[in-house]
Order: sequence, then C-alpha cells, then structure tokens
Amino acid sequence: MTACSMPNLTSLGTVESRSVLPKDWKADLSDLAGLDLTQPVLELIRRTTSRLPQDVIEAVVANRNLEAEGSRAANTLDTMLENITLADDHVSPLCQDTGTIIFWVRHPFGLSQRRAKEQIRKAVAEATAKSWLRPNCVESLSGRNPGNNMDPFLEGHPVIHFEEREEPGIEISIMLKGGGCENVGAQYRLPEASLGAGRDLGGVRKCILDAVTKAQGQGCSPGILGVAIGGDRVTGYERSKEVILRKLGTPNPDPKLDAFERRLTEEINTLGIGPMGYGGRTTVLGVLVSEMFRHPASFFVSVSYMCWSSRRMDLVLEPSGSVAYR
Amino acid sequence: MKRISTPISEDVIRGLKVGDEILLNGRVVLSRDIGHKFMVEKKPDWLKPLLHEAVIYHCGPVVAHHEDGHWSFVSAGPTTSIREEPYQADVLETYTVRGVIGKGGMGRKTSDALGKVGACYLHATGGAGALLAERVKRVVDVKMLEEFGSPEAFWIIEVEDFPLVVTMDSHGGSLHEDVAQSSLARAKELMASK
Ligand code: SF4
Repeated sequence: MTACSMPNLTSLGTVESRSVLPKDWKADLSDLAGLDLTQPVLELIRRTTSRLPQDVIEAVVANRNLEAEGSRAANTLDTMLENITLADDHVSPLCQDTGTIIFWVRHPFGLSQRRAKEQIRKAVAEATAKSWLRPNCVESLSGRNPGNNMDPFLEGHPVIHFEEREEPGIEISIMLKGGGCENVGAQYRLPEASLGAGRDLGGVRKCILDAVTKAQGQGCSPGILGVAIGGDRVTGYERSKEVILRKLGTPNPDPKLDAFERRLTEEINTLGIGPMGYGGRTTVLGVLVSEMFRHPASFFVSVSYMCWSSRRMDLVLEPSGSVAYR
Repeated sequence: MKRISTPISEDVIRGLKVGDEILLNGRVVLSRDIGHKFMVEKKPDWLKPLLHEAVIYHCGPVVAHHEDGHWSFVSAGPTTSIREEPYQADVLETYTVRGVIGKGGMGRKTSDALGKVGACYLHATGGAGALLAERVKRVVDVKMLEEFGSPEAFWIIEVEDFPLVVTMDSHGGSLHEDVAQSSLARAKELMASK
C-alpha cells in the first residue's frame, strides 16, 4: 500500500441537503428577543457527531504518512480514517460515546441567556431522542439515567458558557468531549517537586510530558492536548478545553507559545506510545497552549486530553441572517 | 495480518504473541458490567455452548431494531475493560473463552487466567464505532435484553474481518506494560534535558 490521501467525504451539497434547517433559513438578528436557536443548534449537533473537522482529518492523514508502512501504528490510523469515511457516509456517530456536550455562545447585547439556554437544552434533548447523542448524563450517586442528557438542576449538563461581546453576529461552538479521554486529564500545582518542575515554561513542559505519559493510549491516542497555564483550578481547566477549539495547524498568537507548542508536539511524538498505545510515532496530533493570569501564590497547569475523535464545530449567525457551519 | 475464526483452538491462541494484528471471524458475545457479574454469580448453563472457544467483547452498542424484527449494529466500539477485572478470570475459566476484546488492557489476575486457559486479550480501536459496526455481519440473537437493557445485554453476533491487536497474550506478555515502560524511560530522558 502506498501513502494514503484524504478520505473521500460526502460533498458539502449532500451535507446541506440532509440539514434539519429549512432551505434558505435565515436568522433575524434585529429581533434578538424573538430569535429561536433550537433548529440551528440541532443541525450543529447533527453535523458534529458524524463528521470530524477538516483540520483534524488532515492531521490524521499527515501523521499516518509518517508512520512506517505496514506498521501497527499505520494500520490503526488507517482504521480510524476508514471509520471517519463510514460515519460521514452513513451519518452515524463517529464513536458511540458522544461525550459531555459543551457549548460556548458568543453573542451581542440583547440576547436573553436564559432563553438561549432553554433552546439549546431543547436541541440537545431532541438530538438525544433521535439517537444522534447517547444519553450520557447520569445522577452521580445512584447512576440513574434520565435518558435525555439533561441535568435537571439546569446547570451541570449540557455545559453552556456565555459571553457577551461587541460584534453583531452570534457564534456558537460545540465540543463533544469523550469520557475516556476526560479521565486522563490532569492538573498540576507548581512547583512540583516529584517532577522537578518549577514555575516557568520548563516546568510547564515537564507537567505536559508527565500527563501524556501517564495517559498512555487510554484517552484514545493520538490525542490533542489543551493546556492552560495559570488561572485558578476552575478557570484553568475551563480554558484547557476552550483552547482545543483552535484549529490544528493555526499558529498560537503568542510567538513564544507557538514555538513551545511545536517543540512539545515533536518531543511527545518521540515517546513511542503511538495510536491506541500500541507503540509508534503518532502520540499526539497537536498541543494547544494558553496563558492566563494567576494569583501570586498559585501556579496551576491544567491539561485536557482530547481523543482523536475530536468532535467540535462552530455555528455562525451573520448579521445578515445567513447561517454557516465551520 | 492473520485471519482467525471461531471456534478457536488452544493451539492457535498459543501461537499468538503480543503485538500481532489479527482479523477475527465468527462468533462474538457482547458483555459488560452487569453481564460479567451475572456470569460469575449465576454461571448459567445456556451460556456454555455460546461462549465455548468463542470471544467476549466489552461493548455497549448503539443498535437499530428494524420493522421486520431484525437487529443491526449502528456503532459498536470497545469500552474500557478494567472494570471487569474482578470477574474476567473466573469467566475465562468457567466458559473456556479464547479471547476478550476491549480497550485499555486488564490486570494481573486476568493475565494469569489467559495463560492458564489459553486465551488472549484483543484490543480494538477506540472511537472506531462506525467501522466496527460495519464488520458485524449479523446479529444472531440477544439474551437478557429485557433484564439488563440494551447496552448491557448479551448480544450474540457474527463478525467478519474484525481488526484487533493482541495486547496481552497467553505467555504473560503485555504490550501495555512494554509501551508504558519504554515511554516512561523516554519521558525521563526528555525531562532531564532543558
Ligand atoms: S475517548 Fe475514545 S471512546 Fe471515548 S469518545 Fe474519544 S474516541 Fe470515543
């Protein structure tokens, strides 16, 4: 077999023809109070569960071509690529674990967050009823599953972050964060004597190397690492997920961190963990880092591990009312 | 890649080594937490012919029930196996199971039972639910569906060219341990440099 190329995915036209949104649907952003986000968000979920972002697929292909021909690592990445093609073709879930469902809503002044939350929850419940999402939200102590992905306390799940901003359009990002990979995330408090990690970029590097070595293949490697430097225990972890929304291959706006990300990606890919931990070169598809401010007494490094099935997408409602999925 | 079909003889298993890639054909029985507890506590006889020299799969599938009454699998990737560690050795010995499919590997007790019975731990690609469902050619039967619910029921399926990697063999070998050790050594090397 020769080097593999990009899988053949269904055309954008076909994806659009399957949309739950009526053709030529438009949002009226001049009437934010009357806006109903349920249908566009339902369509966002539909697209996210069955198709990986282009940059993630490209990264899998590029790394596949760096593995020795016929190796376990190359074969495993081929299996993943075949899975990507099939899920897209059948519009079926890429992975049966459709994860914790996380939204980020960036909106102009005038949108009711309470109403938007109700609409997003409605879309999630409907997507669950349609089997696009697995019911993944259970009562902690009893394990009882309400079956609709809803935390009845209106806060735990689905997770919805809001941010009001200056720009007139609305942007909604979604991430489906698998349970297996969430379990291998880690948070460090520097200095960390056991690693010899001090309060500098060198110390951060040691934490990341430690986290990815401990994770082995358990988070369904190759993974994408989201790293937040600083913040408190909550905001650090929050940012470590948000940073995974950045497309692979786009530069970090901070040149110092950009160089750091490249170096870490290269170094991690000499650990030999490989796809699914079977050994091989490709342990991560990328490392994405963000720096925050912190309390002078605390220095946290928060690491979120995203599996290769990195399902995320942006829904953009332009001021003109047109809707785009990116 | 070796093709292996059920019923699997002990000889075939003893010939498999950690790191081998195989394509499995034949009968596989799905079972997770409730099923494993049930197998150990109840040891029902009706399971014996189904499991003898066949393979268990740790998986809670997404299934479709068609109008004519037949079932098919929509998404069927592996779930984390270590949860069955308290039961797996007993199940392997009671039913002479030749393979356990899952993800993440298992512990010492299971490893010992693999050696004793003549069985392997077979790792499936996590996240490849759509592809693995495609390789399920037929849903033969389902047991304890009402009692356990769909994700936990004993689904009896026939697979064709199901892609797996032997990560624990019947000679005490574990790819998980090998990779963990070598990657840890490399991580230490990297951490020692600036
Ligand atoms: S960690 Fe693995 S099993 Fe879990 S969602 Fe990701 S690919 Fe699926």
